[in-house]
Amino acid sequence: MFKILKYSFFDLMRSRWSYVYFAFYLALGFVLLFLNNDVNKAVITLMNIIIVLTPLIGTIFGVMYYYNSKEFTELLLAQPIKRSTIFMGQYIGISISLTLSLVLGLGIPFLLYGLFRSTAIFDFGLLLVVGSFLNFIFVALAFNIALSNENKIKGFGYAILMWLMLAVIYDGVFLISLVMLNEYPLDKFSLIATMLNPIDLSRILILLKLDISALLGYTGAVFKEFFGTNLGLILSLIVLSLWVVVPVWRMRRKLQRKDF
Amino acid sequence: MIEINNLHKKFGKLTVLDGLDLEIKKGGIFAILGPNGSGKTTLIKSILGMVIPNSGEIKIDGISVLKQWDYRNQINYLPQIANFPANLSVNELIAMVKNLRPKEANDHDLISLFGLESFLDKKLGNLSGGTKQKVNLVLTFMFDSDLIILDEPTTGLDPISLIHLKGIIQKEKDKGKTLLITTHIMSLVEEIADEIVFLLDGEIYFKGGVDQLKEQTNQTDLEHAIANLMTKENV
Repeated sequence: MFKILKYSFFDLMRSRWSYVYFAFYLALGFVLLFLNNDVNKAVITLMNIIIVLTPLIGTIFGVMYYYNSKEFTELLLAQPIKRSTIFMGQYIGISISLTLSLVLGLGIPFLLYGLFRSTAIFDFGLLLVVGSFLNFIFVALAFNIALSNENKIKGFGYAILMWLMLAVIYDGVFLISLVMLNEYPLDKFSLIATMLNPIDLSRILILLKLDISALLGYTGAVFKEFFGTNLGLILSLIVLSLWVVVPVWRMRRKLQRKDF
Repeated sequence: MIEINNLHKKFGKLTVLDGLDLEIKKGGIFAILGPNGSGKTTLIKSILGMVIPNSGEIKIDGISVLKQWDYRNQINYLPQIANFPANLSVNELIAMVKNLRPKEANDHDLISLFGLESFLDKKLGNLSGGTKQKVNLVLTFMFDSDLIILDEPTTGLDPISLIHLKGIIQKEKDKGKTLLITTHIMSLVEEIADEIVFLLDGEIYFKGGVDQLKEQTNQTDLEHAIANLMTKENV
């Protein structure tokens, strides 16, 4: 698997888009720091961008890579390598290269700015961890969609729809249901609903670490009680891991029966 | 060498292979022929494990290969469409495939035979279709395997390369290898094939030598004999 991973990784590292992505984060980091002059505020702004953008980029890269390398994958399938090895190698290769763009692109400006002397280092660290998780989650979801759809356009459409669903529509539905059901105790419901969407979960996780949960009102207090503790943090990280493991598991199952 | 029993494959509602039985003995060149969409590529891909049959059995040297993968080390496969990662150079691709197979490779002879030296450092995305096919051929023939499967090997090749290709095929045959070739070029079949396997409606419709086919269809040239088979007038 390591060989495939290496080649996928280098293949992507040489593509122009990895650099565009890296340069974007680099520019974003510098601009935010020097406009804000405050690492803490920069982290919040960054969170808002990362939480929407990394899933989108992960989804698009995942789907594009799958469809673009289809013929090459067929060449690999004729070699004495296990199917799951090929796709796991490609999956991890893409995820790592995207994560590297994120971590380096944001890390460099923050390091230059003096991150280690700031108290925001843990918040920033959590932000990068969550961003990496989102990369791995959405590349896996994108691979799932691509594997299930022979038609490139359809696959692309579903992938974007999936992103839109989780990044935008889910929040809307969640909010409406909170308003409609506001006569009932909703803390458990909202906790679970948050857990079920990796983007929401990431957002809440960072917001609460940043100690601005007062903004969230009563639910915020409930959340703070839950996510603010170590148990909540660990549980959230477990749920995020599940969001990686379950799609990867389905991908491997799907591969067993797929024709190329 | 290869033994296929009662192989069924459907894609959705379309039945491609319908209880196909085939036995291929070791050594020689077998041309797999049939109209478009008759299941030639599906048959080949089933042998390679890329297409998973609905039912049936495929054995190579007496061992079932379904859901296995290490047996592919004894197969060289030339895919129909050569499309490689655009960001890799020819050299890197060859090194990569060599790296993936635990086998000796004689890529240098093939590279000079096809005159690919000047392309070695070029990115695969910048190569012409014919040159890509040559790279494809190098990747296929650089390993020493018992079974060689070629899916439309002549696509995009210039006449000189075609002569080289025929030479290589002949050489491999003389070494006692088994070659499966699909093609639509009948002159090539007549020139090199020891046996013809004709697929129609997901089954083997005819299997035998070129002369036997001509005799059976009462035709003097292969092209007409095959056309005759396709219209199901004889047999």
